[in-house]
Amino acid sequence: MAEEHYLELSENPVQFEHASSVNNVFFDEANKQVFAVRSGGATGVVVKGPDDKSSVAFRMDDKGEVKCIKFSIGNKILAVQRTSKSVDFINFIPDYPHTEFSQECKTKNASILGFCWTNWNEVVFITDQGIEFYQVFPDKRSLKLLKSQSINVNWYQYCPETAVILLSTTVQGNILQPFAFRNGTMSKMSKFEIELPVVPKPAKLSLSERDIAMATIYGQLYVMYLKHHSRTANSPSAEVVLYHLSREGSCKKSHVLKLNTTGKFALNIVDNLVVVHHQSSQTSLIFDIKLKEPDCALNIHQPVLPARSIHPYRIPLSGPAAVPSQPPVPCQLYSSSWSVFQPDIIISASEGYLWYLQVKLPPTVNLLQDKGKLMDFLLRRRECKMVILSVCSQILEVGEKGSLPVVATVFDKLNQVYKDYLEAEQSYTQAMESGPSRGSAAQKRPVRTQAVIDQSDMYTHVLSSFTERKGVSHKFIIAVLMEYIRSLNQFQITVQHYLYELVIKTLVQHNLFYMLHQFLQYHVLSDSKPLACLLLSLESTYPPAHQLSLDMLKRLSTANDEIIEVLLSKQQVLGALRFIRSVGGHDNASARKFLDAAQQTGDQMLFYTVFRSFQQRNQRLRGSPAFNPGEHCEEHVAHFKQLFGEQALMKPSTV
Amino acid sequence: MASGMQEKQYTPSLLSFFIYNPTFGPREGEEEKKILFYHPSDVEKNEKIRNVGLCEAIVQFTRTFCPTKPAKSLHTQKNRQFFFEPEENFWMVMVVRNPMIEKPNKDGKPPTVEYQEEEMLLFNGTFSRAMQAGGVELLMQKLEKFFYRYLQTLHLQSCDLLDVFGGISFFPLDKMTYLKIQSFVNRVEESLSLIKYTAFLYNDQLIWSGLEQDDMRILYKYLTTSLFPRHSEPELAGRDSPMRPEVAGNLLHYGRFLTGPTNLKDPEAKFRFPKIFVSAEDGYEELHLIVYKVHSLVCFLIASVELTREFCEQLDSLVGPQLTLLASDICEQFTINRRISGPEKEPHFKFIYFNHMNLAEKSTIHMRKTASVCLTSVHPDLMKILGDINCDFARVDEDEEIIVKAMTDYWVVGKKSDQRELYVILNQKNANLIEVNEEVKRLCATQFNNIFFLD
Repeated sequence: MAEEHYLELSENPVQFEHASSVNNVFFDEANKQVFAVRSGGATGVVVKGPDDKSSVAFRMDDKGEVKCIKFSIGNKILAVQRTSKSVDFINFIPDYPHTEFSQECKTKNASILGFCWTNWNEVVFITDQGIEFYQVFPDKRSLKLLKSQSINVNWYQYCPETAVILLSTTVQGNILQPFAFRNGTMSKMSKFEIELPVVPKPAKLSLSERDIAMATIYGQLYVMYLKHHSRTANSPSAEVVLYHLSREGSCKKSHVLKLNTTGKFALNIVDNLVVVHHQSSQTSLIFDIKLKEPDCALNIHQPVLPARSIHPYRIPLSGPAAVPSQPPVPCQLYSSSWSVFQPDIIISASEGYLWYLQVKLPPTVNLLQDKGKLMDFLLRRRECKMVILSVCSQILEVGEKGSLPVVATVFDKLNQVYKDYLEAEQSYTQAMESGPSRGSAAQKRPVRTQAVIDQSDMYTHVLSSFTERKGVSHKFIIAVLMEYIRSLNQFQITVQHYLYELVIKTLVQHNLFYMLHQFLQYHVLSDSKPLACLLLSLESTYPPAHQLSLDMLKRLSTANDEIIEVLLSKQQVLGALRFIRSVGGHDNASARKFLDAAQQTGDQMLFYTVFRSFQQRNQRLRGSPAFNPGEHCEEHVAHFKQLFGEQALMKPSTV
Repeated sequence: MASGMQEKQYTPSLLSFFIYNPTFGPREGEEEKKILFYHPSDVEKNEKIRNVGLCEAIVQFTRTFCPTKPAKSLHTQKNRQFFFEPEENFWMVMVVRNPMIEKPNKDGKPPTVEYQEEEMLLFNGTFSRAMQAGGVELLMQKLEKFFYRYLQTLHLQSCDLLDVFGGISFFPLDKMTYLKIQSFVNRVEESLSLIKYTAFLYNDQLIWSGLEQDDMRILYKYLTTSLFPRHSEPELAGRDSPMRPEVAGNLLHYGRFLTGPTNLKDPEAKFRFPKIFVSAEDGYEELHLIVYKVHSLVCFLIASVELTREFCEQLDSLVGPQLTLLASDICEQFTINRRISGPEKEPHFKFIYFNHMNLAEKSTIHMRKTASVCLTSVHPDLMKILGDINCDFARVDEDEEIIVKAMTDYWVVGKKSDQRELYVILNQKNANLIEVNEEVKRLCATQFNNIFFLD
């Protein structure tokens, strides 16, 4: 059976000492650091981050149970919350005093729910009665209140990427108030209400913090609400409701993800996909909010793929205890000890692992039958290029009946992305050329993502091997090539010469010259010098290629020299002479070339005519019919004398 | 036709046409067996035998002068005979009455005989094939059936240079629309594997041919001079209107079959398509011709086996809607092209262009070509001059140019460059040779700037 697990845990998890009675484990979403605090810090605090640089180990005095511990951005200042009234700070900047300092919350009788770092020296306290925004002065070992706001808070969520804090307010908890922080300012965004499936009577807190998550998807901030099914309300299964949170304007309900099941769920965001883990079935679903469902109302989404579990994971035994003969232990997936954090983090505190969740694209290819939809899906993924190219090869390989429309759809989708990139690149270049003066400094060079599959990618990875594969009918090969050229043309992308060459090669191989002729007649294969030369080389097998080639050279209008060469090689000396005159190149023409060709024909009258024509030119240009020494025509003059005698030479005086 | 009586005397007409094989009756008294077909059929037997014998003699006699190239035609005071040997020992002879003028008529030249044979070939396969299949009897039946109809479509009096060329008029189309058609053709051939070849015409002009050039040439002639005219007449008369949309599934389309069933819904409908024979790697291939039409867009498909109702229905539902879309695309192009070329101003020149290489022809002389009448906008005398120039061109291989001053202030210019021929008729009073030459150069620069045409 083909590999079907499209989700996997990262191969190199962050390992830490698992949680126990003497070891408390904390996770900071902002810096993605795991803190293992042994005995309140007295026997050591080990901080493990995503890379070695962000890993630290230190000791601190045990001043009571640690409730929350976080570094400021860049590991500059450590904040530790031990009581519900105050937060303690320790400098980690070298040369600064290391003694702890403390800050109590300003509001009387309020208790601190938590705190978040929004910058290396800016911190927000969230209390049950509001939020307080402070600036920390590590040198003075003091804090300054920048701003505060009174509001009843049930719980809060923080999205470090966008520095937005979401507060749950009111008795039911379903009015959410977001605040945004940036460079020492705090701005209140418009609040919004989450529709509850049932309104409890009497009112009580009905929206749990576990059912709300914040994450950025496709560059936009969303609040995700896990709406459980309820027997009373008419909702047979759970769903995830996405609220789009824009900095300006209001928050709108934008997408509904249908889970089609009930139970306990957890959310992750991986590669802009919403991943919903379902604990009881031990499977996960993925949703792409950009994928339109044809048979669903706007913005209601079904899972992209059937539910599958995360790829089985074996815990490698490491450290001195690791014995090579000992097999890795299978890890229990979807364990109840798992904690899920945004965007893509899964932590097993009891085992001491932090994984990043990853999407594996190759298995999706076999799970999604609709190739058009598959392409839409793949084109939005980060590591998509090789998978897309393999899909292209695959659909060409099958060669089933009716696969051409599929091929066409796939090509169109690829070229749409390709075209968008080319256009962005072009407008960037134009903006750069016109000078960075007028506000164009904001324009960034477009990023070439993996989804940009250009002609050379297609040629190298798909088409060239496809045309050489045995057992494929040439009709199908030509149809596919024409389909690709059609698609490129449709998006007004200039077709590269090697594609034309491939078409011609295939047609010639199967003696389909008339087809080739018609393609040229309708300019399906665009004019170019290399193409004209290729045609010339076909003349021996297909005589009309000569005419086609000359026509093309003529249309190019930059290939007059080539036309002369072709005509002379065909011994059409007079024709060549007439042509060069008609394009006004007679004065600079190499007389030697023409005389050589005329002499080779063995036609004496022709030689005479050509010779006299050049003598007349010389007369007109230089006042003398004689050839310049630089023209190297001595041998032709001799030949002329020998044929027609000295007296036949044109004399300067005769004109 | 005010001067009808007198004119009639001058037009060339078909006197007789016959096919014989000298090996079928070599002995005295068996001469009649040689004759496979004779038109007109009501000629007395002895005269038939006499005429055939005469032709045989001429061919034998002239063979002594040039064994490799037997005589092609014999011109006498009253008529002209054309001899053609399509297959070994099978001779086709056509006798045409000369127009009663002093100049020998050249423009009724040999086009027709060869086409006849080729078209015959197209629909019936070779003579010897028929012989193998059913002996002389069958061959004679087939000949009778074919030529009886064919000779009716032959209108010698209106033959001119275009009939000599037997070219194909191509429909100008932009690259994108052309590629769409390609895409369509490929899809149809892929999903209906019975279809071996496909071709496209719009307004009687060719857009795409999957057939080889030689086969296409004959089929093109058959379609434009025989099949289409037969079907356009009922359309013009309002019967069987093509505007009646067919509903297939939920898609509206205007497609219908020109060969085969006229109405798919008719339970009595016959699914018989004309058979044609096209050249294949090993001799000839027997195929079935399906002609399917939407507005002016005709797509014909050639299938390799007998076709069933299911197939026709499948084809109708697949091809009809797509073709309807394509037809409107092309129609749009057509009107744009016409708008660009501007209002039809009467230019002071008219031309005929022909390329031997791809058989492309273009004429601003012919307004509309139908089976029965060929409407040209110039005097027949000028057309005869064109025919004469063409004859001269045929004699030499090199490029040349001929300029003729005709009566009535017309200049006729013929140019030959490589495989291309261009004939221009200029109406410029008091123009001299140089001016005419300049004018033609200008014409070439404007009309033929995208091809290599030596001045």
